[in-house]
Amino acid sequence: MTTSTPPPPTRRRRRLPFSPFHLLLAPLALLFVMPLLQMVMASLKSDGEIRRFPPTWFPTSPTLAGYTGLFAESQVLRWLLNSVLVTSVAIASHLILCSLAGYGFARMRFPGRTASFILTVATIMIPTQLLMIPTFIMFSKVGIIDSLPALMVPWLASAFGIFLMRQFFLSLPRELEEAARLDGCSPFGVFWRVVLPLARPAMTTLAIFTLLSSWNDLIWPLIAIQNEDLYTIQLGLANFQGSRRTQWQLLMAGNVVATMPMVVFFLVAQKQFVATMTFSGMKG
Amino acid sequence: MTSAGLRRRVAREAKAAAVGWAFIGPATVVVVGLAAFPAAWAFYISQLKWNGITPARAIGFRNYAELVNDPELMSAIWHTAFYTALFVPTSVILGLLIALALNRKIRFIGVYRTAIFVPFVASAAATGILANYIFDPQFGFANNILRSIGLPAQSFLEDQRQAMIVIAVMSLWAGLGFTVVVYLAALQDIPKDLVEAARVDGANTWQTFRHVILPELTPVTVFTSIWQLIGALQLFDLVYTTTRGGPLGATKTIVYYLWEQAFRQFRYGYGSAVAYVLFALTLVITIVLFVYSRHAKVQAF
Repeated sequence: MTTSTPPPPTRRRRRLPFSPFHLLLAPLALLFVMPLLQMVMASLKSDGEIRRFPPTWFPTSPTLAGYTGLFAESQVLRWLLNSVLVTSVAIASHLILCSLAGYGFARMRFPGRTASFILTVATIMIPTQLLMIPTFIMFSKVGIIDSLPALMVPWLASAFGIFLMRQFFLSLPRELEEAARLDGCSPFGVFWRVVLPLARPAMTTLAIFTLLSSWNDLIWPLIAIQNEDLYTIQLGLANFQGSRRTQWQLLMAGNVVATMPMVVFFLVAQKQFVATMTFSGMKG
Repeated sequence: MTSAGLRRRVAREAKAAAVGWAFIGPATVVVVGLAAFPAAWAFYISQLKWNGITPARAIGFRNYAELVNDPELMSAIWHTAFYTALFVPTSVILGLLIALALNRKIRFIGVYRTAIFVPFVASAAATGILANYIFDPQFGFANNILRSIGLPAQSFLEDQRQAMIVIAVMSLWAGLGFTVVVYLAALQDIPKDLVEAARVDGANTWQTFRHVILPELTPVTVFTSIWQLIGALQLFDLVYTTTRGGPLGATKTIVYYLWEQAFRQFRYGYGSAVAYVLFALTLVITIVLFVYSRHAKVQAF
């Protein structure tokens, strides 16, 4: 995305030596990154400095005390591990189940297909808040509430993911699949060897979408989890905050730990993230 | 048809069904079991008086009758509407303006885009905690900046009237990247000849924007509005991590109230009724927006 053009040749006409849009965009960009920078800087301040008045912009003597305090006083590594587990299962399962179903809906004809597709798509409009109470009761009855599976099961597949994959498969030309079938490939063989290798862009979109929604989810872990050992990083931070209201260096260190993985992913794969955001805006 | 042919056909169709269901089955089970079924069950629960421990009692539509006269729910709807009115139009309009500014090839444009998009990946929990820090009345940077330019310090999240505005500002910080990205993609899809033709016909920049670019963006505007609206009506995470509904209930939203009723007061039936109100609100507003935009578009031609 970095498109830099060489500076325009100097002209006789008197004008700014750069595009006037820099005057708008540079402060705006700064405004957007400032909170994140403040977060990182606060995490590197000492307890004394963070309470200093007036506040300092940069840590005068950077310290990792916020991080060591965080690791000592909370189970943040445990929470991170839980989040990684839940999110990994969510992504893996989404990729497998939604691409299988998306392909079935896009390419196969069999009784019940249309009915179950309509049912699936209809659930896209249901707000998750409507599902919280029955899901909580259901999971309590089968005894998985307050366990990691309670966080994983709701993320195994989603109507949105099925829809996304179906739309993608519909856009693929059929010829390759037909050729493979004539060569004696089974339906699953066609899917696995011919179709899936072509589906990487759609699967990347689905993976990023699932990554962001699952990693950042707060309300479901808040409802489903009581045991502090099973907190996700988001729930852990939200509740850790309650008891450490003004120990900002600890809280900001926690924020850095929770946010930086996603920021790094974003910086590494910005193109794919942007494609994901664009797709979610175009759906429907 | 011979009976052998018929049998072959039946066998072929049975095989097609088995293969098809092998593909769609697992995901369909998940979606039906964890979305369609609970949604239907929630409607049944909404007609119960039930705390999950003592036996449930069927009370028909009494929960719905109660919520019409529930002042706390009405104020939650009001707070949600206030937030929605702040967040949705601002995120759509600012998103469009920023996308217009970013849609050019100048030096550092990649840096600017990255800076504006990156808050999108921050979680609501992290954003909320960050909001508490930045808008802390004593040590926060917002007040530090106000003081340095000679303005009085504010209470922000501790002020009944300001708290929801601060929450909306933080939502915009984290959420604007989304509308910007979507508009930017749409702007880049507008055929160049369309804009050039308008220029040749003597349209100035504003006229080109108003009569060529803006109409091309209408579908995107409708979808970003609906998308942001659905998100705004479901506001919870930021409230939970900043004000917990306070001060004095000033930021209690529909979903926050629903969560309290269901998982703090253990009123499963009443909570489900509130959830159905949210669902109905979402559906009605979405349909109205959609139909209205269709209608407006037809009139434009």
